[in-house]
Parts: sequence; C-alpha cells; structure tokens
Amino acid sequence: MQAPLVEPVEPIEQPAAEEAISLHGATARRGGRPIWSGVDLSVGQGEFVAVLGPNGSGKSTLVYVLLGLLPLSEGRATVLGRPPGAAKSQIGYLPQRRSFDSGTRIRGADLVRLGLDGTRWGFPLPAALSATGRAARRRVQETIELVGAGSCAWRPIGALSGGEQQRLLIAQALVRRPRMLLLDEPLDSLDLSNQGAVAALVQRICESEGVTVLLVAHDVNPILPYLDRVIYFAGGRGVEGTPRQVIDGPTLSGLYGVPVEVLETSDGRLVVVGTPEPPAHHHSRHEHDH
Amino acid sequence: MSTTTELAGLSWHPVSDFEALTEFPFMVQALQAGTIVAVMAGTIGWFMVLRRQVFAGHTLSVIAFPGAAGATLAGLPLALGYFGACGVGALVLSRVSRSEESGLSSESAAIGTVGAFGLGLGFLFVSLYGGQLTSLESLLFGTFLGITAAQVQTLLWIGLAALAILALIGRPLLFASVDGAVARAAGVPAEALALAFLLLLGLAVAATAEITGALLVFALLVTPAATAQQVTARPGPGLALSVALALAVTWLGLGIAYFSPYPVGFWVTSLSFGLYLVVRLLLIALARLHHSQPLGAPA
Repeated sequence: MQAPLVEPVEPIEQPAAEEAISLHGATARRGGRPIWSGVDLSVGQGEFVAVLGPNGSGKSTLVYVLLGLLPLSEGRATVLGRPPGAAKSQIGYLPQRRSFDSGTRIRGADLVRLGLDGTRWGFPLPAALSATGRAARRRVQETIELVGAGSCAWRPIGALSGGEQQRLLIAQALVRRPRMLLLDEPLDSLDLSNQGAVAALVQRICESEGVTVLLVAHDVNPILPYLDRVIYFAGGRGVEGTPRQVIDGPTLSGLYGVPVEVLETSDGRLVVVGTPEPPAHHHSRHEHDH
Repeated sequence: MSTTTELAGLSWHPVSDFEALTEFPFMVQALQAGTIVAVMAGTIGWFMVLRRQVFAGHTLSVIAFPGAAGATLAGLPLALGYFGACGVGALVLSRVSRSEESGLSSESAAIGTVGAFGLGLGFLFVSLYGGQLTSLESLLFGTFLGITAAQVQTLLWIGLAALAILALIGRPLLFASVDGAVARAAGVPAEALALAFLLLLGLAVAATAEITGALLVFALLVTPAATAQQVTARPGPGLALSVALALAVTWLGLGIAYFSPYPVGFWVTSLSFGLYLVVRLLLIALARLHHSQPLGAPA
C-alpha cells in the first residue's frame, strides 16, 4: 500500500476488504443442536443491518458468534477483518434486555461512564485532579448529547422511561468509539413511536460515526425506512440482502419451506403471511424445561 | 457506670464531656475500633446494598455466630472464629449463588438453609460450653466496651487491606454489579469479582460482628448504605455519605451509651434506624412537594 507522503498512514491492521462481517458456510450449534447451517453473509462497513426471524431462529446466536462467545462448528467468520473475538474492543454490545427497575440507584451518566472505563482496575481520580478524568467526562457528555439523552442522563436510570434507558444504553455501547455496534433487540420494550425514533437515531449514528450496526429486531416495519440490509433467519438457514430482496414471497417461501406471502400495505408496511410455527422452537422450549 | 440516673456524668459541656469519654483506655479503644469498623461497613455495605446481596450479608452475620461460639468452645481467639467462619461462609455462598440460571428464589432459599444451620450449630456450641448466658449475649449483641489494644491493631490492618482491595476492584465491581451482561461482554471477570466481594463482605461482617455482635451487624452494614443510596445515586458521594453516616452512628452511639445505662448496641441500631426513617420521610415529603408544584402552578 502506497501512503501519500504528506499524510503518513499509521501501520494499523487494515482488514483485507471493506467487509465488516463475513460468514462462509457457517454452522452454529448450541447444545449439540444446529441452530442454522450453511449461512453466507457479507456486511459492508458503515451499513445498518437488521437481523430478523421468528423466535428461536438464531438471531442472538449470530450476535454471540460475532462476539466470539460461541465458536462456529463449521465454516468461517471474520469480524472487522479478524477472527471473531479478536476485535472485541472495537465492538459495542447491547445485550438482550435488561431494563433497570426503579430501585436501581445509579445515574444514566454513570452507566455510560462505566462503558468507557468500567473494565479498568483501580479507583478513578476525581475529574478536578486528573486530565484523563476530565477527558473521560467530556467524552461521556458528548456521547450523551449524541443520543439525545442530555436531559435525563443525570437522573437514576431506574426512574427513566424505556426509551430514555435505551438511548443511554446505546450511548454506553458507543462511548468507546467502537467500529461496530451489536444491538440485541434494543426496541423490544418500546412503543411504536419510540422504536422509530431509536431506529432513526441508530441510522444517524451509523452515518455520522461511520459505525457498522447490526440490530436484532422482532418487527421490521418501524425500522424499515432506515435499513441498508436485512439478514433473515428461519428454518435453520439464513439469507441476506436488501430489505426488498429478502422480505419477499419467493425468498421467504424458500427459507420456511412452505408458501409464504408478503403483502405491502398502502403506507409501505410489509406484512408476512403464512409463516408456520417453527418446529425447532418447540424443541428448544422442551430442552429448556428439563 | 451508673444505673440509677440516666446520662450520669454528662455535663453538657463538650470539652469536659469529651475528656470524660476518653478518660479510660477501653473507651478510646472502643472509639478506635468503632471508627475502623464504620469505615469498612460503610464502603462494603454500599456495594452490598447496590448488588442486592443484603440477604447474603445477613447470612454471613448469622454464620459468624457459630464461628465465634466454636472458637470460644475450643479456646481459640474469638477473632479467629469470626473471620474463619465468615471466610468459609463466603466461599459456601459463592458456590450456592454461582449459577445465575437457577434463579433468585432458589438462591435465597439455599442461602437461608445455610444460615439456619449456622445458627443451630452456634446454639449447640454455646450449650456445650456450659450455657453461660453472658457469653451468648455478647456473641449475639457485641462487646463494644471490651475491645483490647491488640484487637484494634488487628482490625486496623484488616480494615486497610479490605479498603485497598476494594479500591483496586471497585470500578469493575461497580460495572459488574449494575450491568452484569455488558460488563462480562466487555471482559470484566464478573464471577471472580463476585467471589472476591463475598470474601470482602465476610471480612466486613466478621470485623463488625466482633464489635456489635452477630445480630446487630446490620446497623452498620446496611442502614447507612441504604440511607446514602436513598439520598444520592452518584457512586462517589454515595460511598462518602455511607461512611459518614456509619461513623456518626457509631460515635454517637458509643458516646450516648457511655453516659447512659442502656447498651451500645441498642443506641447504634436505634440511631441508624432513626436516621433511615428521617431521611425516607424527608425524601417522601420532598417528592410530594416536587409533584404538587406543577399541579398548583398556572398552566
């Protein structure tokens, strides 16, 4: 690589391609049972991708694979050009939640700050005494403003609404300037208007910060206008493409193995009709019960 | 100490009263030990309340009782019994509460079972020792005024070590306590920290139990921390307030007990309970005031 003389490029580990996530022939198993197999995915850097599919189809499993918490049983995966787990420090992760009850006596801003340096040992010096403390405080402030939580961040997190909590949790995942965000069902507990608002926020961050975002969701409609791509898991397989390519009768029929229709309402909402209850779902319930 | 008149010897003159309070070495040692214990209980208790491990703390204090009774029976130093039992208890509790999937209810049931067995064991030791009620009473309700200079020394080292460890692990522990899943994903060794904290809690309980007895540990370990968390959700000021309240309660309790016929344990628990009550009522009143203002204001 020839770097221009005026602006020497630091020898950082550059991924081979502009791919943020790639999976080739990937199979993931949990408890010996295959969740999905033969999955090929390619997500470009800076894209906003939704992970969709019925319960138990392996949406969160994909997140665990990308975090390096669950090794693939077949195939290979790279995350930010490296094996899963190696890029952990560059990933902001928001687990499936997890909301804070009213008894949680910690402020939203403290939670964001923990996302910045909570893993470090030792006691933080007061901001008045240390430059790093002041820098950390500025970064926390900046991130809180970015997610539009400036008015509620200084109150106990338990006293905030679901939407406010979710904004602060996204700030917590963002505060270390990650190159990728893995958000596992961040919209789950929100009402429709808040789902749209948070999705708009995530898209704005995606563009302004150049972050790749993978968002696991139940319902595609509130976030449809903001998405670049969609990954859809069903029937032990997964497909990837633009929302219109994937959420489409023939594609979903192929995934589910039964005829599925996709209807479009006059306001642009997509309704998937005819999906069967996945048999794998019942199996997993039983396994958990015993 | 006089039992005929209340607050005998109190002149209501601060300087001479302070001189009277520190006239005897046993009182000075009680104040020193109380100070060390209050700082430990205030900080570690703050984390315990935040982590919602109050029940684990209670069980450790119950386990401290058979430890002390067993040590008395075997002719070993009392401190060894307290610290040994609480250390073993912390390890047992960490095994019991390790599997998060089993759910909170089964965890608390298992902890309760361990606690009840501990109490029974302690009762057995006391009756084997000869059923001397005075020793039973001091094991359960403390021996504030029987602290030796050597005990103060030991307490000081234990307190400093506990605070140093807490200062080292404090930040990741806070992270794991309020936001376990994210902390684990970020690489915080949450399980190891949980064990370390239970051991620290064991230290704090043992140190406090030596002074306040097994049953009154909570006056210093829970109440100041719970009060502080009612007042502020900020970690730094919350910790400071928790320590300040524990110190105030200890010093006032010791001071009042010196001039009154009633035991230290009673005063310390009553003061901390009163403080908690006053703060709660004040906060409720403040919240009412806050809520009624926008209603009363013209739209």
